[in-house]
Amino acid sequence: MSNLLLVTILLGFVSFGYVYGRKYALAAGKKGGDIHKLHSRPAYHGMLIALWCGLPTLLILFVWQLIEPSIITSMIISSLPDTFSSLTPGPRGLILNDIRNLAQGLHFGSTVDPELLHASDYYLQLQQTGKNIKSASVIVIGIAALLVGFRHFSPGLRARNHVERIVRYFLICCSLIAIFTTIGIILSVLFEAIRFFQKIPLSEFLFGLTWSPQTSIRADQVAASGEFGAIPVFAGTMLISAIAMAVATPIGLLSAIYLSEYASKRMRAVAKPLIEILAGVPTVVYGFFAALVVAPFIRDAGASIGLQVSSESALAAGLIMGIMIIPFIMSISDDVINAVPQSLRDGSYGLGATKSETVKNVIIPAALPGIVGGILLAVSRAIGETMIVVMAAGLSANLTANPLQAVTTVTVQIVTLLVGDQEFDSAKTLAAFALGLLLFIVTLILNILALYIVRTYREEYE
Amino acid sequence: MLQTLSSTTPPVIESGNQTKTRARVSRDDRNTAGHPFVDKPRMSCRDVNVYYGDKKAINSVSIDIAENEVLAMIGPSGCGKSTFLRCLNRMNDTIAICRVDGTIKLDDQDIYDKKIDVVPLRAQVGMVFQKPNPFPKSIYENVAYGPRIHGLADAKTELDAIVERSLIKAGLWDEVKDRLDQPGTGLSGGQQQRLCIARAIAVGPEVILMDEPCSALDPIATATIEELISELKLQYTIVIVTHNMQQAARVSQRTAYFHLGDLLEVGQTDKLFTRPSHQLTEDYITGRFG
Repeated sequence: MSNLLLVTILLGFVSFGYVYGRKYALAAGKKGGDIHKLHSRPAYHGMLIALWCGLPTLLILFVWQLIEPSIITSMIISSLPDTFSSLTPGPRGLILNDIRNLAQGLHFGSTVDPELLHASDYYLQLQQTGKNIKSASVIVIGIAALLVGFRHFSPGLRARNHVERIVRYFLICCSLIAIFTTIGIILSVLFEAIRFFQKIPLSEFLFGLTWSPQTSIRADQVAASGEFGAIPVFAGTMLISAIAMAVATPIGLLSAIYLSEYASKRMRAVAKPLIEILAGVPTVVYGFFAALVVAPFIRDAGASIGLQVSSESALAAGLIMGIMIIPFIMSISDDVINAVPQSLRDGSYGLGATKSETVKNVIIPAALPGIVGGILLAVSRAIGETMIVVMAAGLSANLTANPLQAVTTVTVQIVTLLVGDQEFDSAKTLAAFALGLLLFIVTLILNILALYIVRTYREEYE
Repeated sequence: MLQTLSSTTPPVIESGNQTKTRARVSRDDRNTAGHPFVDKPRMSCRDVNVYYGDKKAINSVSIDIAENEVLAMIGPSGCGKSTFLRCLNRMNDTIAICRVDGTIKLDDQDIYDKKIDVVPLRAQVGMVFQKPNPFPKSIYENVAYGPRIHGLADAKTELDAIVERSLIKAGLWDEVKDRLDQPGTGLSGGQQQRLCIARAIAVGPEVILMDEPCSALDPIATATIEELISELKLQYTIVIVTHNMQQAARVSQRTAYFHLGDLLEVGQTDKLFTRPSHQLTEDYITGRFG
């Protein structure tokens, strides 16, 4: 019986449990004369029986799926001759793969080792048995759970409370998945980074002024010895982010002020979605726009006034990244400005202040903490942005403050380090994880700062 | 005074000999009874209509506001008294769908004239709102806000003097003089409202509009504000909207009764509360509805 069929049957059990559980409870309530004697509404009784049947069987099915392959593998290994069990894990895995391929009818080469053939038969047989046991046990347990559920029923059963508790556990599980994923990502980055720091000292990484990660993979290769000073890379990130924020902050903030204070309702209804479309443009599109249109334009414009501009420049990437961030800042500022109570505006207008005086002296100061929080969130976004800088900013890790030169950023370096042939015990590859960890720490600090500022702001008005 | 009012009002209704002395206006009449006009008005309003979109909120209201008087506006919720109050310094301009016609004059100058700028108008006709709304700035900055934007003070010392004078007039100086640099939002509700009054006084208005200034305050803070109003009327003309009829009786010289967008009766406060002319006024002040 396939898993799909099995799950369908289980769903049938569950719906049966719900429908008849509900009817059963309803009938029992009516027979008792007073339906209010039931502790919970009939639907909750039905729901409880359905959950009672569905949860354990689905859990068994899930756990079985997880552990079945390893059980079968170990049984096959023990069935093979002793010469096999003395093999190292590598060749043993190859032989196991052969057995699995044979079992699926794939075999390469003309002759097949009879022992392997025998093992593959055994493998198929084990799989079939496993399937049968699984189907039988799931169906039997499902029916048994249904019966127990109906037997368990009594008018005083606190079905609603049980169902609510199960729902709560389910919700907790959902949020735990997100939390554990985050922890998993952090740990995997952290462990690889620790391996990197075993090869390259932390101080060299944090304070070194040269970034040239090209090391030789093979002994006979000619390559640089590799220098892993993260400062030029982070300087590039900071330079491009600063340019981006210099573009996005004034434009985003001023357009938010226009939209929330000056624009008519119709203007707002048209303009706001239009600006928010910017947020929907894929960054890769921004990237080639920056690389193919903006960067050459800046280079030509620079050349026409006698400036030496490289064709991939921090300025081009920063400008386009700034445009990408505008809707972020605008949207957050707009919300914050709208959250400033109307009574403050009235108070200011009532004193004879004009609109711009009110905006400048009352609304912006009142909204400032929220706006700053929004800007910091946008900075983390700028720091983590990859695609635009890969295309438009270049790869050379120059330590420069000149926006007309090519620079590189942390994210670009991570991409280039991990693209192509990898060797996970070389410092070159592991450097990507160290960079990632440092980047993560920087953006985490920015986010915490932003949240802290936003929270302080909230306290002021409630 | 409050006691006498509430105890004398019901007998008036029943005593036959007094009812003869007063002109009874039936419930259906929508004209203004009493005496809406005065000899030398500070502000005069004629046939003022206010519309929110298609809905008419104020229906042909004509009333004068005399110099140095406190005019109280009472009436059930939604009767248009706040809307009318906001016409007097054109605060309704900030509401896009609101339209005002008729004439409202301040010292013989039509305030809805196209040549009139709202900025000096609002400096002349100040406003205090229902909920205390100090800016999230220091106490000093709250009061200095108006004089700054109107350029009333050249030097810091001059501004200091204006702030001190306004806070003294608002009866708040002694409580805050040692902490002028602290946020105005940190004051108590009653203090915040007096700060807002000081803020309005600081720009040197002639008329002060108060929109239920005590409705968010406790009785003690309310008593302080009412005392303050009695002092302020020596210098300013005050129009106050209130839901509290006892407050209207305590602080005002004249009272106007609004009902569903109509101004039904205007009269001397003691007369309006003891011998109302309009039947609906009587219903309202005796608590038959509202």
